[in-house]
Amino acid sequence: MIPPIPAMKTLARFYYEFTESIRIAWAQIRANKMRSVLTALGVIIGIVAVTLMGTAIRGIDTGFQNSLAMLGDDVLYVQRWPWGPVEDWWNYVNRPPILVTDAEKLNRIIENTPNSLLEIAVPVAGRGSSVKAGDSSVDGIYVFGTTADYARISGVDYTEGRLFNDLEASGGRSVCVLGYDVAEALFPGRSALGGTVTVGGHPLTVIGVFAKQGEFLGLFSFDNQLVMPLNAYRKMFSIRRSTDLRVKVTDKTHLQEGKEELVGAMRRVRGQLPGERDNFTINEQQAFKAQLDPVKTAIALAGLFITGLSLFVGAIGIMNITFVSVKERTKEIGTRKALGARRRTILLQFLIEAVSICLIGGTIGMVVAYAVFLGIHFQMPNFPVQFSPDLVVISMLVSVVTGIISGFAPAWGASRLDPVVALRYE
Amino acid sequence: MIPPPPPATNAPRTVRPPGPLVIDIEGVTKLYRMGAEIVHALRGVTLKVHRNEYMAIMGPSGSGKSTLMNMLGCLDTPTSGHYHFNSKDVSSMSDDELASIRNREIGFVFQTFNLLPRSTSLHNVELPLIYAGLPPADRREQARKALENVGLGDRMLHKPNELSGGQRQRVAIARALVNHPSIILADEPTGNLDSKTGEEIMQLFDHIYEQGNTIIVVTHEEDIARHARRAIRLHDGLIESDRMTGN
Repeated sequence: MIPPIPAMKTLARFYYEFTESIRIAWAQIRANKMRSVLTALGVIIGIVAVTLMGTAIRGIDTGFQNSLAMLGDDVLYVQRWPWGPVEDWWNYVNRPPILVTDAEKLNRIIENTPNSLLEIAVPVAGRGSSVKAGDSSVDGIYVFGTTADYARISGVDYTEGRLFNDLEASGGRSVCVLGYDVAEALFPGRSALGGTVTVGGHPLTVIGVFAKQGEFLGLFSFDNQLVMPLNAYRKMFSIRRSTDLRVKVTDKTHLQEGKEELVGAMRRVRGQLPGERDNFTINEQQAFKAQLDPVKTAIALAGLFITGLSLFVGAIGIMNITFVSVKERTKEIGTRKALGARRRTILLQFLIEAVSICLIGGTIGMVVAYAVFLGIHFQMPNFPVQFSPDLVVISMLVSVVTGIISGFAPAWGASRLDPVVALRYE
Repeated sequence: MIPPPPPATNAPRTVRPPGPLVIDIEGVTKLYRMGAEIVHALRGVTLKVHRNEYMAIMGPSGSGKSTLMNMLGCLDTPTSGHYHFNSKDVSSMSDDELASIRNREIGFVFQTFNLLPRSTSLHNVELPLIYAGLPPADRREQARKALENVGLGDRMLHKPNELSGGQRQRVAIARALVNHPSIILADEPTGNLDSKTGEEIMQLFDHIYEQGNTIIVVTHEEDIARHARRAIRLHDGLIESDRMTGN
């Protein structure tokens, strides 16, 4: 019998066979460039799909987090309706409206609670409307009224001017602050300060313009808004069903505790009896996330379907080409076996060839995906896409696994060839 | 480098004394199934080959000489009978054990050269050493020496398609020698060469025989067999004759 080879020697041998296999694989691919690239096409498409899918999902997450910060991620919303779809609408429709006075009562409770987790409550009433200035008009602007305390819950800067003060707010003065895009549209290339805009037929003097904030997931722009004193707003529009409270917490890491405190405080404000169900809802922006989940799931499912399909087609193509490669080189396999190649050596050789084609496909796919990503990034800066290094790792792993799966059957067949038959093959 | 070839006919023939037993075949048979038919390729062959022998296996096609060659080369196992190679029982070995024997103990020379088309001469000769697990520097050194020994020191980085038929066969012979095997098995080594080149290759075999190698040549040409010191003839799967050749 053959004397046992020490482990180190086996390892060294395996390493030499491995490097030899890589050498053969590259020589083979170089010799059949067109064939290899065409074969890798399925893998290329698969990797492009999986990478772009990952990019989009990650972009949505990042865009969401950025937008949350824009809105103020330490703010709770007291409203009649929860965000998102409800099936039991009858439970909400008869809830008493949220009143401006609720905010005053709530603030008094907050002031009298020692170590309150809540900082301040601000009433906001708003609706969509068109805004005019001279001959220009913009539609679909979110117009809302609030108090001067709004400055404390909104972290937004101003391009010019300021927010109205307490005096202007309580007096219901006809002043307003414009979102960046509104100001740009109505006062192109000049300062909006001191200008007059009309909302619902009422003239308002512009005293400030918000800094550009960008869009929320590219869907809703925070730059398309107009804010005015609540007392001015209620002269134009009914606030009965459109008021909500924005409550800032002192520490956003204790948002949930703050929310619990707010529920208790609101029940007192609304004079609710023990055992009675809340007649209000506390919404928080994290809830948006749940609403985005179906979108993300849809993207992921579509992406996975395309990825799966193209990788499947790609894998079959690679399996086929590896079968061809084995057939073409049957005599070479025979020669190698005659010279001492073991089954494992031959198996490894063809597996590495299949994996190499997949890796080439994966690399091309990554480059294409990165180009598409850059294209989207520069053409539509607002569309949330983000490329990350772990996508590279995932794609490469997917490529390797595809290569191993598709190359295994032909490589196994090659490794089992009878050297006598293989040598005789012409 | 090869010494200038002596005139073939009058050359004094060295016959090296036989060394230890390398090949010991006893009552070996081989059956093939070809469709519904069973072919008896070997019908009970008994053969002993010692180190330092230079033997020719002859016979018409269909006589079983290819089957015997495959058997001797550990490419195939007998249907019945015994085969001991260097006193190890080959008949019961696994594929990988056979591969290891082929790698270390047998040097193959094929009629069609069987070089890897996209590899240089050097890499082709290195191949058995890769499978033997030698480190790259040692491999290159030994392959270089083997190529110089067959007179191709200046063709190391040429690929097979840049070489003549004779040169290709020399590369193949260098590859067969590089692992210092117990025997060199050459299957019709001149079959794809013109007679002049064939004669040169046979002189190379003579040369490596004199360097201390054991050689078995399978051929159907008397001229080729005449180079060997011993010739066996196969007919219908049996050894018909076994005698020393010579002047």
